[in-house]
Amino acid sequence: MLIPPGWDHRQLLIQRCASCGHHQYYPRPICLACDSSDLALVEATGFGRIYSFTVVHRSVNPRFEAPYTVALVDLEEGPRLLTQVVDDQPGLARCDAPVRLAWLEREADLPLPVFTLIREGVPPESAVE
Amino acid sequence: MGVAAAIVGVAECGLGVTGRSSLDLLSEAALAALADAGISPRHIDGLATSGWLPKFGATSVAEHLGIRPRWFASSMEGGGTFEQLVGDAAAAIDAGYAETVLVCYGSNQRSAAARSLSSAIEEPSAPFTAYDLPFAPLLPISMYALAAQRHMYEHGTTPEQLAAVAVAASQWARLNPAAYRHGRGETTIEDVLASPMVSSPLHRADCCLITDGAAAVVITSAERARDLRQRSVGILGGGSASTHRSLAQAPTDITAGAAISSAAALRQARLRPSEIDILEIYDSFTITVLLSLEGLGFCAPGESGPMAAEGALGPGGRRPINTNGGGLAHGHPGMYGLFLIVEAVRQLRSEAGARQVSPARTALCHGTGGYLNTHATVVLGTAS
Repeated sequence: MLIPPGWDHRQLLIQRCASCGHHQYYPRPICLACDSSDLALVEATGFGRIYSFTVVHRSVNPRFEAPYTVALVDLEEGPRLLTQVVDDQPGLARCDAPVRLAWLEREADLPLPVFTLIREGVPPESAVE
Repeated sequence: MGVAAAIVGVAECGLGVTGRSSLDLLSEAALAALADAGISPRHIDGLATSGWLPKFGATSVAEHLGIRPRWFASSMEGGGTFEQLVGDAAAAIDAGYAETVLVCYGSNQRSAAARSLSSAIEEPSAPFTAYDLPFAPLLPISMYALAAQRHMYEHGTTPEQLAAVAVAASQWARLNPAAYRHGRGETTIEDVLASPMVSSPLHRADCCLITDGAAAVVITSAERARDLRQRSVGILGGGSASTHRSLAQAPTDITAGAAISSAAALRQARLRPSEIDILEIYDSFTITVLLSLEGLGFCAPGESGPMAAEGALGPGGRRPINTNGGGLAHGHPGMYGLFLIVEAVRQLRSEAGARQVSPARTALCHGTGGYLNTHATVVLGTAS
């Protein structure tokens, strides 16, 4: 069973190549930019932008009641990941909107890295329920 | 490559709700294609298939039909698989691995109610399972929806332009008695937009049908084709490309795979896109068509939406596509790629009846698989 590194400690870990500085996600055996194997896991800042999103209108997973928002988020370090935008105003999701990392707790399972919308003047939350 | 191989028999069947088994449907299409070619199963020495069994697919089909192939393949890489297999069969014949190849497919996914929105092989060690599945995207529609949403953001593509692809498909289905939606009238843009939203921006009517279905083609050497009963259709070129598995790993240009595979196929065929008469594009979703038109070089990036909206893709349009109604209106049993080729052959043989496009000398068939990650193109042509 493949377990994403760091999720159990609520850390979004991405790989950084010591040879060329490239960041990548998910972890690979070599740097995809320069072939080096001198790679280390670093914690992402958690800031990024929505590359795209889709609002799902059918519930197929008992953990998630439709509608919910699946998204591709570009981390500011460069890598892109599939995730969800979880926000009390998910309808504000837009391509290129700034987001920040939060953790979705799951019963008897790893927490999931999700993202909330960054809005002016709103203090950030460190975790969502 | 020259023209080493030709398609000499085609058939399709079961595009509806049949209550029959996948193997039964596949066998009917295979035997019909062999009859079309005037070739006995005993003279088949190559076989390719996909989708029915996860393992030993080619061996099992061969045994069922009494075939003992010396070349066989059962790759499964999504919707472009059959364009790949047809190209591979032509290359195998050219290399002398086989003389006459049967490429066949059958599925009863509708009758078996097998397709679920979250269907995915959950291999625990696969990155896709660990990194993508937990976020509960609907599969595959949410992935295509993400691509559609980005296309709207980058190019201003509208829901109405997406819907226009479905409208064109319904117009072709009206001309095709074998189409599942034949006789159901023309779909309007309003119909598409009024259908339930499944994964924004894609509505249910932006999605291909779910039906049973089977298809088969018989391919032999160009030399042998000359002696057979049907007007043969040459396989002029083939190409394929894989750019990612997870959509998060896709290249910046999501259409890159289509550009690579079609460039290879057209280069082999020594043709330009403007010289293609018949265009059959995998239409798993309306957005798949728009992205493919751009990637294959039939319009500039961002221009596919206006092209659909102007009516270019339907009967009488300047760039007709998917002349049988496609996956959106003809049928879609899970893997539609072989049906693109069957329809292209019918057009090139001038046996398409009310939906015949003229001239029909060259055809390009493009299959897209997975989440826009696997692509395969086949270029066909009649001897001029």
